[in-house]
Amino acid sequence: MSMRSPLGRVRGLGSAKEGTGHWWAQRVTAIALIPLTLWFAAGLLSVIGAEHGAAIAWIGSPVTAVLLVLLLATGFYHAQLGLQVVLEDYVHHEGAKIAALLCVKFACLLLGAAAVFGVLKIAFQG
Amino acid sequence: MGKRPLSPHLQIYRPQITSVLSILHRFTGIALALGTLHLVFWILAAAQGPEAFAAVQAFSDSWVGQLLMLGWTAALFYHLANGVRHLVWDAGFGFAPSQVSISGGITLIVAATLTLLAWLIGTGQLGMSL
Ligand code: HEM
Repeated sequence: MSMRSPLGRVRGLGSAKEGTGHWWAQRVTAIALIPLTLWFAAGLLSVIGAEHGAAIAWIGSPVTAVLLVLLLATGFYHAQLGLQVVLEDYVHHEGAKIAALLCVKFACLLLGAAAVFGVLKIAFQG
Repeated sequence: MGKRPLSPHLQIYRPQITSVLSILHRFTGIALALGTLHLVFWILAAAQGPEAFAAVQAFSDSWVGQLLMLGWTAALFYHLANGVRHLVWDAGFGFAPSQVSISGGITLIVAATLTLLAWLIGTGQLGMSL
């Protein structure tokens, strides 16, 4: 016999009220990050210590620019989801927890947006 | 609090390969998130122009910068390798105690090898470039 109400079972969202959404998004971004970070590490090695001209030629090339934007979006989304779990584990005061979560989420969004802007600026106007 | 089960008391448990690798995943995740600051500055400086780019490059080339980059590379490859280990668990494989220790060992070897390889290539020691 289930202790859950029929409505609760139909919604399937459990006590966290969001089902497996957070967990699943962390896995999907993790899988996407495997090829993206390996590609990025190899690419960085090809421009390490390079002059400004060579660096922006790499960043601004179509394939690099697109993959970099994907890496930044996926990476910051994954980091934000992961840091949320860390904060939820250690910060127990409700107000402080919400404040810390907002700081982390806004910071990730800001950094991600700024970096994407940088990549697009290089790609479109050098 | 009543009779709820308690999680293990860290203070009285002897660290084991499994517990150390587990906390390392969290630690490297946080370190990677902090390290993105440098990546963002690098991209923005490149977008800004040669002077700004040279300033960030000078920091990267300093010993502090190099040390941070070495730590970031190691953190990335560890988190990547152990992340794959996590995903294999999520798929339902590798839970036997012996398998958990073996996959932990493989994770460490893969992470150390990739870190070493990246630095040998990056510093030109292998005489090859990508
Ligand atoms: C390279 C590819 C990556 C893979 C395969 C990966 C995989 C994972 C997985 C599977 C988890 C969940 C672990 C758990 O259930 O406890 C996780 C957590 C996390 N990841 Fe990643 N990750 C990657 C890259 C990154 C990057 C680039 C960052 C930061 C910018 C990051 C930051 C984090 C953080 C903060 C956590 C939370 C740690 C915790 O809850 O203890 N990860 N990662």
